Amino acid sequence: MMDTEVDRELLEKIADLVGKPVGAFNIRKDCGCDGRQSTEHIEITGKTDKAGIDIRVKPGTVGETCHIPVIITKPGIEEVVYNDFYIGENSNVDIVAGCGIHNCGNQTSRHDGVHTFYVGKNSHVHYTEKHYGEGDGKGGKIMNPQTIVYLEEGASIQMETSQIRGIDSTKRYTKIVCGKDAEAVITERLLTHGDQVAESDMEIVLDGENSRGRVISRSVAQDSSQQLFKPLVTGNAKCFGHVQCDSIIMGAAKIRSVPEIAANCTEAQLIHEAAIGKIAGDQLLKLQTLGLTEEDAEDFILKGFLA
Amino acid sequence: MLELQHINYAVHEPDGELGILKDISLAVDDHRLVVFTGPNGGGKTTLAKIVMGLVKPTTGRILWNGEDITGLGITERAKMGISYGFQQPPRFKGLTVRDLLTIAAGNGKLSKDRCCQYLTKVGLCANDYLDREVDASLSGGEVKRIEIATILARNAQLMIFDEPEAGIDLWSFTRLTETFEQIHRAGRATMIVISHQERIISLADEVVVIGDGSISHRGSADEILPEILADTTGACPVLTKGGAAL
Repeated sequence: MMDTEVDRELLEKIADLVGKPVGAFNIRKDCGCDGRQSTEHIEITGKTDKAGIDIRVKPGTVGETCHIPVIITKPGIEEVVYNDFYIGENSNVDIVAGCGIHNCGNQTSRHDGVHTFYVGKNSHVHYTEKHYGEGDGKGGKIMNPQTIVYLEEGASIQMETSQIRGIDSTKRYTKIVCGKDAEAVITERLLTHGDQVAESDMEIVLDGENSRGRVISRSVAQDSSQQLFKPLVTGNAKCFGHVQCDSIIMGAAKIRSVPEIAANCTEAQLIHEAAIGKIAGDQLLKLQTLGLTEEDAEDFILKGFLA
Repeated sequence: MLELQHINYAVHEPDGELGILKDISLAVDDHRLVVFTGPNGGGKTTLAKIVMGLVKPTTGRILWNGEDITGLGITERAKMGISYGFQQPPRFKGLTVRDLLTIAAGNGKLSKDRCCQYLTKVGLCANDYLDREVDASLSGGEVKRIEIATILARNAQLMIFDEPEAGIDLWSFTRLTETFEQIHRAGRATMIVISHQERIISLADEVVVIGDGSISHRGSADEILPEILADTTGACPVLTKGGAAL
């Protein structure tokens, strides 16, 4: 586990892991299992019919963390991995996922992670997922994550995803179905550069009475990269939904943002807002008056925006 | 010492060149508090921006501590000890009050206590504001006070404030004038304050009245204030033309 410097750097980037994780974990490296540990309350088992794992959190598990990072260090690996999470009632856990690709070759490396969460009554999940690519090979670094979440009564998920940099192509799909009194908050951060392309489809379905959904999407498109966002919140009951997309566009980049809200109930209260713009000139000037160079000011604004 | 020598600034309009500043020369000695005042559109903010490097003069020279800084950029001037509080500060999605104060202080890490000191001086509580983003969730007055706090954190040799009182409440305004007084009394910095407020003007060592791109009057607050007040009580010259006011 964590055999090489590349492994260590990738794991730190995508999962803030330094050394062996505390608690339950499963580290997937180059299509294989590079380390796994279950705990008394969180059991991780490998799937037998396809690639992936099942994570079962016992009811009442509170304050535990489960790390399930994936790293690809060899060129030419293309995989679809299925991870299913069964979160028992009245739990409160942190799940740290993420994928890092180091590709120095000319063949494409691709990881498609398909995650499905079944969150039991009154449980809370904090889910973090970071994506990062590096390596000077011509081979593409591709990630197509798919996350489906079912929230039972009173359950909630706080989902924080970020594409740090270096991913040539991504097609994200996220769907969260909220039961009665359930709450979903998705915070997405995405950076593209060069001629990268990114597409993010999201849907929060507010099925239960008093359910709440919120999408906060912030992205930066640099150089000649392209981004497409399609967040949708559907209200099928008395509920509250809010979609907020903000993008900074730079260079010759292109961004399309298509937030959508759909109400199928008179008690649904839904709001959406979207903004795309370049870094404002007065923001750069202000930071320059505080002693930063124009380049440092730009970096600082972008880091803050995507933090 | 700040010296402005024959500063001219003009912009090109479809029907010719429009002079915004016309041959302004001015010297401000160290540790003085100078107030720029005068009618809107008279050129006060443009002149202050020329000192910070936010606007390049068409002709003329700017000397700071004897060095010609006319050709220097904003960052270089900031590093030489010039700071500028904007009349309408920008907002930053994702940057917190702590972030801005930390950059302003320029020392990498700023303790909560230090942040608290700066924020208290502008009437804000650190516990409520330090980790808040400087975005649209803050009111104009709050953003303005945070802006002033960044100038205090900068602790520069020359502090320029463009209408610091605009948009802030009376209680915060009182704190602000006290802060200006303290800085002035301690001889810590030279201050140029663009203001129309009698209370701020009365703190000044010198008041410079700028109108129509030129300096129309200079003098102590005692000399200038009565003239300003007399001017402001006059009726509209158009309406009073040819006899009594309508």
